[in-house]
Amino acid sequence: MVLTFYKYESNGFVKIPFVEAGIKAGFPSPAEDFQGKRISLDKELVKNETATFYAKVDGDSMQDAGMSDGDLLVIDRSLEPQNGKIAVCMLDGDFTVKRLRVDKDGVYLVPENKSYQEIKVGEDQELVIWGIVTYVIKKV
Amino acid sequence: MHLYNSVLIYLCGMYGIVDCNSFYASCERAFKPNLIGKPIVVLSNNDGCVIARSKEAKPYVKMGAVAFKNKNDFKKYGIHVFSSNYTLYGDMSSRVMSIISKYVDDIEPYSIDEAFFKLKNVSGKEAELIGKQIKDDVMQHLGLPVSVGIAASKALAKLANNIVKKYPEQTQNVYVIGTDEQRIKALKWTRIGDVWGIGRRLATKLKEMNVDKAYEFTLLSDELVRNKFSVVGLRLKRDLEGKPTIGFEEVHDKYMIATTRSFPNVVSDLKEIEERVATFANSCAEKLRKQKSECSAAYVFLKSNRFGKDYVKLGAMVHFGFATSSSITITKGVLEKLREIFKVGYTYKKAGVILVSIKPNASHQTRLFGDENPKHQLLMRTMDTLNDKMGQGKLKLANQDIKRTWKMRQEHLSPQYTTRLSDIITINCK
Repeated sequence: MVLTFYKYESNGFVKIPFVEAGIKAGFPSPAEDFQGKRISLDKELVKNETATFYAKVDGDSMQDAGMSDGDLLVIDRSLEPQNGKIAVCMLDGDFTVKRLRVDKDGVYLVPENKSYQEIKVGEDQELVIWGIVTYVIKKV
Repeated sequence: MHLYNSVLIYLCGMYGIVDCNSFYASCERAFKPNLIGKPIVVLSNNDGCVIARSKEAKPYVKMGAVAFKNKNDFKKYGIHVFSSNYTLYGDMSSRVMSIISKYVDDIEPYSIDEAFFKLKNVSGKEAELIGKQIKDDVMQHLGLPVSVGIAASKALAKLANNIVKKYPEQTQNVYVIGTDEQRIKALKWTRIGDVWGIGRRLATKLKEMNVDKAYEFTLLSDELVRNKFSVVGLRLKRDLEGKPTIGFEEVHDKYMIATTRSFPNVVSDLKEIEERVATFANSCAEKLRKQKSECSAAYVFLKSNRFGKDYVKLGAMVHFGFATSSSITITKGVLEKLREIFKVGYTYKKAGVILVSIKPNASHQTRLFGDENPKHQLLMRTMDTLNDKMGQGKLKLANQDIKRTWKMRQEHLSPQYTTRLSDIITINCK
C-alpha cells in the first residue's frame, strides 16, 4: 500500500464574515436602512483628481466674478479652454486669471473689475492656458 | 516564423512603457511654464551635485557635476537651478501613474518617472491610439511631456521607447513595434549595449563575440546564450524575439528601504554620528511601518570625504534575529554595530542605514525564543499616530537629539505646490 502524505498549507488567513450592524438581540435601528454618505467637499469640488490643482488669488481684478484677494481657486487642467470660461493663464511668463473671450479679432483676457482694462493677446506675446477655474473658496 | 510571431503578438496583447521626459525638470516647469525651453538642472539632496538636466542644459552641464564648482557656468549659460523637491515629484509621479492606469489592463510602476503597462487583445493600431491618448492626457492634465513605446514584450517596448527618444518629431512621442518587419528593423538599429538589461560588462562580452547590434544577439542559439549569459540572458533573447518572457513584477512594496545622507560639514565625533544614524534608522523604520512590512536585517555604513587624504568606507550588516518594524529594536541594533565599525581619527562625510530582508508583516513568523517584544508594536503605532497628527519629529527616540532639527541644504527649493496649502501657486490679479 502506498501512502501519500499531504502537507497542510495555510496562508495564515481565516476569512470570517463581518456583519456590519453587529448581532444584537434588541430592536434593530430604524435608521439603518436610511444611512447616507457624509458630504465630502472633495467629491463635490474635485471632478478630476489627477488634473486638479489649487491656487491663491493675489489682487482684485476678478472681484466681480467673485474672486477676491486671498481666495482659493480650484483649477481643473483637464477641461478645454473655451470662450467665456475663466482660465488661469500664463502671459509672457506671468500667471494671471481672466475670463477668456475669443472672437474673430483674436483672444482677449477680460478682467471682471471696471477699473481694469482688458488685454488683447498680441501676436508676439506668449499665452499658455494653464487650467480652467471651477470653484472659488473664500474664508468668511 | 513570421506568422507565428504575429499570431503571438495578437494573442498575448502588448506591453508598453511610459517614460516622462526630463521628469524632475518637467515637474518644475509644470508650475513655471515660463521655463519651458530653458535649461534647468536639479541638484541632489543637500544641493551637492547635478542629478537631473533638461535637454537644454545637457550641452553645458555634466551629470553628477559638483554644484558649487559649476556656479559660474550656471550663471553664464542662464541655467535655472533647483534643489530636489521629492515631495512634488512624488505627487506628480502618482498622478501620472493613475492617468496611465485608466487606459491599460495592468500597470507596473518601474521608477518615479517610468511605468510598464499591459494591453490585452489589442491590434497595433489600437495600441497606438491608447499610447497617444495617454501622452495627450498626461500633457493636458499635468503639463508633463512623456514618451511611449509599445511592442510585444517589455524589452521590445523599451526599444520602441528609445526610438521615440531618438526621433521625437517623426514619432510624435509614441511608437509601436507592431509587425515582425518593424521588430527586425528596430533590432538592427539598436546597439547591444543600449538594450534594456544588458549591462556594460555583458555588452563588452558580447562585443568580443562580434555581437554589435541587438539583432545579432537574437541570432545566437538558445544554448549558447543560456551557457554564457544564464537564464536571464535567454529570457532577454526571447523577449527581443517578440515572445514575452519577462513578466510583470507582482511585488509593489519596496524590498529595500534606505536613508543615507551627506553631512553639511564633516563630522568626526562618534556622539554626533550616533545621533545622525539613529535618526536615519528611525526614519527607515517609519517607512517600513508605513508599507506594513518588517525586516530582519540592516546595513549601516559610514564614509569619509572621497576627495580627502584618508578615504575610508566602513560598513556592516546587523541581524536582528527576528523580523521587526520597531524603531527601538532597529535603532538599537544599528547603533551597536556603528560603535563596532567606527574608527577614531577620521572625518566623516556621509552615513546611511539600509534595511534589507523586508517582508510584509502579515506573514510574520512567530518565534518561540527571541521574538519582538509585543509591546513595541503598540508603542510604535502610538508614536506614528501622534507624529502623523502633530507633524513629523514631534515624538522622537531619546537617542535622537530632541532640539536639533537637521536641515538639508536646499537653497533652490521650489514650493510644494501640490501637497501643502501654503505653497500653492499665487495668481497675480492686479
